[in-house]
Amino acid sequence: MNDSAIVDVLLAVLGGAIRVGTPFLFVSLGECLTEKAGRINLGLEGVLVFSAMAGFGGAYLSGLWWVGALLAAASGALVALLHGLVSSLPRVNDIAAGIAIMLFGAGLAFYLGKPLIQPQAPQIPSLPLGLWLGAAPGSPAQAALAVNVLFPLGVALAFALTWALAHTGWGLKLRMVGDSADAARALGTSVAGVRIAATTLGGFIAGLGGASLSLYYPGSWNEGLSSGQGLIAVALVIFARWHPVRCLWAALLFGGAGALGPALQSIGVGGYTYLFNAVPYVLTLAILVWTCSPRRSLQGAPMELGVTR
Amino acid sequence: MKSAAESLLLPVLALLGGLALFGVFVWFDGHSPVQAWTLLFRGAFGDAFSLQNTLQRAAPLMLTALCVALPARAGLTVIGGEGALVVGGLACAALPYAFTPPAGSAGTAVLLAAAAAAGAAWIALAGWLRQWRGVNETISSLLLGYIAVSLFKHIVEGPLRDPASLNKPSTLPLAEPLRIGMIGPWDVHWGLAFGVVACVAAALWLSATTHGFATRVVGGNLRAALGVGLPAHRLIVTACALGGAAAGLAGGIEVAAVHTAANASLIVGLGYTGILVSFVARHHPLAILPVAILFGGFLAAGSLLQRRMGLPDASVQVLMGFSFVIILASEAWRGRLGELFVLRRPAQGATP
Repeated sequence: MNDSAIVDVLLAVLGGAIRVGTPFLFVSLGECLTEKAGRINLGLEGVLVFSAMAGFGGAYLSGLWWVGALLAAASGALVALLHGLVSSLPRVNDIAAGIAIMLFGAGLAFYLGKPLIQPQAPQIPSLPLGLWLGAAPGSPAQAALAVNVLFPLGVALAFALTWALAHTGWGLKLRMVGDSADAARALGTSVAGVRIAATTLGGFIAGLGGASLSLYYPGSWNEGLSSGQGLIAVALVIFARWHPVRCLWAALLFGGAGALGPALQSIGVGGYTYLFNAVPYVLTLAILVWTCSPRRSLQGAPMELGVTR
Repeated sequence: MKSAAESLLLPVLALLGGLALFGVFVWFDGHSPVQAWTLLFRGAFGDAFSLQNTLQRAAPLMLTALCVALPARAGLTVIGGEGALVVGGLACAALPYAFTPPAGSAGTAVLLAAAAAAGAAWIALAGWLRQWRGVNETISSLLLGYIAVSLFKHIVEGPLRDPASLNKPSTLPLAEPLRIGMIGPWDVHWGLAFGVVACVAAALWLSATTHGFATRVVGGNLRAALGVGLPAHRLIVTACALGGAAAGLAGGIEVAAVHTAANASLIVGLGYTGILVSFVARHHPLAILPVAILFGGFLAAGSLLQRRMGLPDASVQVLMGFSFVIILASEAWRGRLGELFVLRRPAQGATP
């Protein structure tokens, strides 16, 4: 491997971090919002698969990428709403409801998505970040740094959510519900209502991640499209300690890990495809082992959250 | 209403609700719901052939459901049965590469023991990470499942690949005498017996042994368990290992009885269906038996729905998704089901 190959790999990993990390970013922001209200939604995996299918279908039928993206977000919100409603019933555990929604979303997406496996749909356009940074047209740098237009939206959303959670009455109410349901009840806030709203909005945001999967990278619909990315995003929120801006850095880190395999393959290091594909899962597990501790609750964790105990 | 009757009636009503919703769903899709329901039951239990097919598919579901049920009784939500099944199947197919097992049932026993041990280690790891580091076991077990599938594909398509398997990468097929045969004249392999025995043994362990009782105490009230000095860590990790062993055994049986080698046919979501089976059975090992047969039947009927009605192969998954959501929601009516059968609602204070 010579120097220029190393530069190419680094550029490919950087570009890949953004490309692969965009879905992680949206799903983790959605999950962050949900968990701030005191509930964990493992069903975001199902939301991601279903919204990817719906987004692809919407773009394919309408011929417009943004219709697909909006449809993905709306259908993500609907599936998440179901999770919010079911976990608001008495004696229903939110983790169990998440497992149910995971299977429900995937089953429905596979059924309705059968006719969508072959066709091509209009793709989400990309921003030529490489050209703006002065890369030559047609160079590997320019190709590697073409960025999904939804990515800047996600970055803005991460900062906006951080601000809104800290400085708006709505954000305060949401955090209060997540930290002490009793205090919220005493102040007359509907705990279930706020949680359902947060879960639904989280599903809407995660749906944009689904659209990034099926309409940008890899840019088609098939049944193995997500394979656990929604779940990785849930773990990523723990790593980011429930802070939206840290979710952004974590999503880029995971995107980079996910892009390592294809980047090495492109310069001819092959034969380990499946092992490279497993890197994000191993990394997630390693980070969970590193950040969690049985003796203290996690810093920044919403008090009502079951996942941290 | 008696709670035992309710425990039976509630899941039955919920499953009927799931079937009803599925009917509405296919009706929206322009198909006849009555035909779908009829085919589901004909394809599952209609004749000797479909019944045997159903039992064949129920066998691994019984074992993967135990992988959810046993940790659940110790208070954990483990959903990584697919991973344990996959490493179990891989261990079973890979062992003959390392040494030549004795021919006949002794050799099969060695292979199945390896499968169970691999599965046990896989799920025990999730339990141990939770006890040691406080890592949420639901997430870690599922992540371990994805890692298992990647490892499986790497090993089956790489180091252990049989050069003769061209279109479908597989390991070398197991020697004929090592395979698991059919039960007498029926077209059902001995894996079914393993599933039934495992469920009965698990039920006996939980209800009739001190160790099983201690595990249930840990699952019911951890603080009380620690208060009376039970070794909670050890009990929890043991329950995980037992569950993992069951799922690993399922993988080994699928390889030794059905596929004869480890290949992608093993990864068809039996672990995920096992989650649903265990939740419907409310994590009770004996209840797993009929529920596994029912869902094995639905899986068996899937191809009939595909052939006769042109429904996608995911239609059974849709049915399972609906059933899962309704099963969970039905818990909200526990203790209140009696109200549906009396004309006058009891006074507000009367319901506990």
